[in-house]
Amino acid sequence: MFLKKSITGFGEYLCLMKRVFAIPERWAMFFKQYIKEMAALGIDSIGIVLLISFFIGAVICIQIKLNIASPWMPAFTTGYTTREIMLLEFSSSIMCLILAGKVGSNIASEIGTMRVTQQIDALEIMGINSASFIIMPKILGLITMIPLLVVFSIAFGILGSYATAFAGVISIEDLTLGFQYSFVQWYVWASIIKSLVFAFIIASVSSFYGYNVEGGSFDVGKASTNSVVKSSMLILFADIFLTQLLA
Amino acid sequence: MIEVKNLHKSFAGREILKGIDAKFEVGKTNLIIGQSGSGKTVLMKNLVGLFEPEQGEILYDGRDFVKMTQKERVMLRREMGMIFQSAALFDSMSVLENVMFPLDMFSDMNRTDRIKRAQFCLERVNLKGAEDKLPGEISGGMQKRVAIARAIALNPKYLFCDEPNSGLDPKTSLVIDELIHSITQEYNITTIINTHDMNSVMGIGENIIYIYEGNLEWVGNKDQVMSSTNERLTSFVFASDLLRKVKDIK
Repeated sequence: MFLKKSITGFGEYLCLMKRVFAIPERWAMFFKQYIKEMAALGIDSIGIVLLISFFIGAVICIQIKLNIASPWMPAFTTGYTTREIMLLEFSSSIMCLILAGKVGSNIASEIGTMRVTQQIDALEIMGINSASFIIMPKILGLITMIPLLVVFSIAFGILGSYATAFAGVISIEDLTLGFQYSFVQWYVWASIIKSLVFAFIIASVSSFYGYNVEGGSFDVGKASTNSVVKSSMLILFADIFLTQLLA
Repeated sequence: MIEVKNLHKSFAGREILKGIDAKFEVGKTNLIIGQSGSGKTVLMKNLVGLFEPEQGEILYDGRDFVKMTQKERVMLRREMGMIFQSAALFDSMSVLENVMFPLDMFSDMNRTDRIKRAQFCLERVNLKGAEDKLPGEISGGMQKRVAIARAIALNPKYLFCDEPNSGLDPKTSLVIDELIHSITQEYNITTIINTHDMNSVMGIGENIIYIYEGNLEWVGNKDQVMSSTNERLTSFVFASDLLRKVKDIK
C-alpha cells in the first residue's frame, strides 16, 4: 500500500515536472515572474541565512575550542574544523534544511491557496499552462539565488567565528591560520553544487504539494507541513549520495 | 452558440451527468439552475474543460471541444471568459494588473494600449478609481466586477459565470446580474450562468435549463417559469413563501 502510494506520488510528480518545463507562453511575463520569485525566495531569505550562519559559526568555533582543542592538537585545529564544517555541511545541507522550512512552506501554502481560491482554474481557463507559469519561475528563481545564499552563509559563519576571537575565546592568528590551512577550493564548488540540487528539491516538491491541494485551508496547512517534511527527507537522502559523489 | 449532446460524467462509479442535451444561445443569458448536487457545476466544468466527459459532445459553434487537441483547446480558451464563485483574482496583483493580465499574456498591443483597454473595461463595470487597489482591499461586489472586467478584456465569445452572486447582498446581486446581462447583449456573447439565485432567474433568465439529478428536466425562459406545470421545477423555484405568493398574484 505504502509502496504503491509512493510510486503513484512519484509518477504524479514527474508528470507535473513535465508540464512545468514547457516553453513559456510569453517570455516577458516569465521574466517578470522569475525576477519576482528571485526576490521573494532568495533576497527575502538573506536575513535569516546571515543571522543563523553568524551564530552557528560562532557556536561551532566555541564548541570546538572547548571540546577538541588541547595541548596535543595544533593551534589551528579550531579554525580548520570550523571552516570544514561550514563549507562541507552547514552552508549547503543544514542551510537548505532551514530554507525547506521557510521557503518550502511559503511555496506550498501560496500555490495551495491559489488552488483553493480557483486562481489556478482561472489560469487554465485562460489557456495558460498554470504549472509552468507558477512553478517554473519559483524553481529557477531559487536555483539562481541559492549559490548566493551559500556564499553569504559561509562568509557570515566565518565572521561569526571571528566574533568569538574578539570575545577572547581564541586568538585571531590561530583562527586565521586554521581557516587558511590546507584549503581546498573544490569544497566551495561542491557546496554550491549540492545546494543547487537541494534548491530544486525544495522548490519542486513544495510546488507539487501545493499544486495538488484539494479542499480548503486545513488542506493547505497539511500540504505545507507535508512539503517541509518530504523535502527535508529528500535533502537528507540526496546529501548522502552527493557527499559521496563530490568527495 | 454552445451545444451539448448526450453528455455523461461519473465520479467513483456514481453518474453525475446522465446524458445531458442542451443549447446555449448567442447574445442571451443562459442560466443553469438546479438543487445542490444536481450536477450543474459539473456540467459547467465539463463545458470549460476542467473535467473530461466520458461520453458526449460539446460544440462551440460547431467545433467539438471534446475531440480537440490540447493546442486547439488552448486557442479556443482564448475566446472564453470566466467569472468564478470566489472571483479568483490574483491576490498579489493590483486591480489594474488583474484586468491587464489576459492582455499581457495574449494580446499584441503595446503597454499603453493595454492599460487603456484595461481602464476601459474597469470603467465599463463602474470601477474607475480602484486601479491601484489590491483584491484584498475591495469588497466582494467590487471583486466580482473586477472579475467581469478581466473576463471581457479579450472580447470573449463565450462567458461562463459560476454562481456570480454567491456571498453578495441582494442589491449588489442585481447590479452584477444587470452588468452581465448588458455586456452579453452589447458584445453578443454566449453567456452561461450557473446560479441558485431566484432573483437572477426572474431577472435575466432568457434561456433557463433546469437540471434534476443529472438529467435535463426543463428548458424555458423566465416568463415560462411562472406558468410551468413541472412540479420539480416549481417546487425548486418557488420554494419560499414569498415567491409562492408572487406566483399566485401573477
